[in-house]
Amino acid sequence: MADKNPIDSKESYEHALKNSQDQFYILRLYVIGSSPQSIRAISNIKNICEEHLQGRYELNVIDLHQQPQLAYGEQIIASPTLIRELPLPLRRIIGDMSNEDRVLVGLDLCPKIK
Amino acid sequence: MANTALKAREKLPKSLTGIQGLDEITEGGLPKGRPTLVCGSAGCGKTLLAMEFLVRGATQFNEPGVFMAFEETAKDLTQNVASLGFDLDALVADKKIVLDFVYIERSEIEETGEYDLEGLFIRLGQSIDSIGAKRVVLDTIESLFAGLPNPLILRAELRRLFRWLKEKGVTAIITGERGEETLTRQGLEEYISDCVIVLDHRVKDQTSSRRLRVVKYRGSTHGTNEYPFLIDEDGISIVPVTSLGLGHNASMDRIPSGISRLDTMMGGKGFFRGSTVLISGTAGTGKSSICAHFVDAACRRGERALYFSFEESPSQIIRNMRSVGIDLEQWVKKGLLYFQATRPAFAGLEMQLTMMHKATIKFDPQVVIVDPLNGFITGDNIIDVKSMLLRLADFLKTKQISSMFTQLMSSNVAHGTSEIAISSMIDTWLVMHDIEISGERNRCLYITKSRGMAHSNQVRECLITDHGVELCEVYVGAGGVLTGSARIAQEAQELALTLTRKQEVERRQIEIESRRKALEAKVAALRAEFGVQEAELMKIITQEQAQASQLLTGRLEMGLSRSAD
Repeated sequence: MADKNPIDSKESYEHALKNSQDQFYILRLYVIGSSPQSIRAISNIKNICEEHLQGRYELNVIDLHQQPQLAYGEQIIASPTLIRELPLPLRRIIGDMSNEDRVLVGLDLCPKIK
Repeated sequence: MANTALKAREKLPKSLTGIQGLDEITEGGLPKGRPTLVCGSAGCGKTLLAMEFLVRGATQFNEPGVFMAFEETAKDLTQNVASLGFDLDALVADKKIVLDFVYIERSEIEETGEYDLEGLFIRLGQSIDSIGAKRVVLDTIESLFAGLPNPLILRAELRRLFRWLKEKGVTAIITGERGEETLTRQGLEEYISDCVIVLDHRVKDQTSSRRLRVVKYRGSTHGTNEYPFLIDEDGISIVPVTSLGLGHNASMDRIPSGISRLDTMMGGKGFFRGSTVLISGTAGTGKSSICAHFVDAACRRGERALYFSFEESPSQIIRNMRSVGIDLEQWVKKGLLYFQATRPAFAGLEMQLTMMHKATIKFDPQVVIVDPLNGFITGDNIIDVKSMLLRLADFLKTKQISSMFTQLMSSNVAHGTSEIAISSMIDTWLVMHDIEISGERNRCLYITKSRGMAHSNQVRECLITDHGVELCEVYVGAGGVLTGSARIAQEAQELALTLTRKQEVERRQIEIESRRKALEAKVAALRAEFGVQEAELMKIITQEQAQASQLLTGRLEMGLSRSAD
């Protein structure tokens, strides 16, 4: 029993990893206007998604200037904010997405081993 | 230079808070269109002060407000302030107030680079515009530091936020938790420096008191002291007590004490209206009974009386006073009398004072009783007690309220100095003490001082009867000053003596009367004897005359018969 556990956990980990590669991602990026930060964030997240989630993600970019009422519902304080709606749990990733490793951690994607 | 500064100060627009006392301390409210920092440790009432500022603004000054909460949800906030009589739901429905709870969960957030707080700005802007808000509260913005990474960005953003608020022209309150060495944990006072208010909650001698201090108010003068404040069912009330001066008017109106003999001792008219009366005395000398008389008399005149009791519960006082024939319950029922009974240890001195102020303003009485003062003294706070009482007395005087304080003295020695040393602020000082002589204790009362009126210098014996307190003269005679049964015995003795003397006189009167009668009888007897003798004499005289005439007749007859020639 005791020596069986590590094997079990390894199996489940690999299973999860395999699953995670099949996960579909729904992401929403809230930006405000066309500030340099917003533009940077949009291009950064697009690159990351294309690289890691090709074909299994949906990214919506929302400008809060156009829809300010969304700031309430989504509890947006900082901008840019990326909300990972799926897979659960909900995660918020703030900033201009320039730190790719952190974005990947936030998305629960393993950072690429260089 | 000074003139221009003065003009600028006059021009500084202010926004009334509507919070009792705060507008007086800040001389007109918070700086209009600028942010104000309210800081203090946990549980000192920051959120409440901010909320009351908004609610008063919305209800009294027609200035809608936005409350942005970082710690409590809108539901929690509504519940929390409902106990203070604020109906937030209704105000929100009326579009007077917007409650916005900002949810930040650090574990959900991953920082990936530069960010700004534009989302918060948009949110706040949206809320402000939706109801045309003039007031904004951010409670507590420092939570952002716990929820968001990168303090450097946050600081820059907060600086921008406060500038933005100023541009928006809203009067804002930003609350902050007290830091170790700074006013707030994150040093917010660096950014918000127009007006800084510090709240404090401290415990001394096991009683807590809240205090408020305006640390800084740019472009305005303000009260600089620490002011105690109270949070109760009506919200916050601050008493700017230390700013009171000696400017009250002195009334010439006199009000009776309820004990006619006591009034007689004070020139027959009683106390001055608005004066401060101190009754000091040893235990059980009837101080409270005199208070009850005073209250009863006031209520009979249709005046309102407020009774602060620090030893007995209202029902206990009513019961006890009924035993001396004073029915206070009727006045309570008519709404003329109100008891406020608390233990002195219930709150700190400042708090007690604030509560008394508040109750006085609310009830608007003409007569106030504080019974007794002693409970306030705990340990070595006599100076504090004195200053508190001074403030209370001044406050009551400015309101033209007659007040009566009682004070328990531990011995009969205190002549000229009362134990709390407040005699200098007292207008009329009655001293009651007991005289223990020949196995019994009797109460005495005298007037130590009474400003502005002629008053008796006599010691009166104070009798507590089933129809109230009665004063009577003590026996002053050859045997010294006698009271109680000694006085009664002496009086009886005197009475007996008088009676004996009276009886003696009567006896003598009777005696002389009988003597007179005896004499008169003798006189009558003598007169009768004399009458008899007189009658006999008359008889003899008559006989004599008869004999003489008979003799004459006989002689004539004899002459006829002899036929003398």
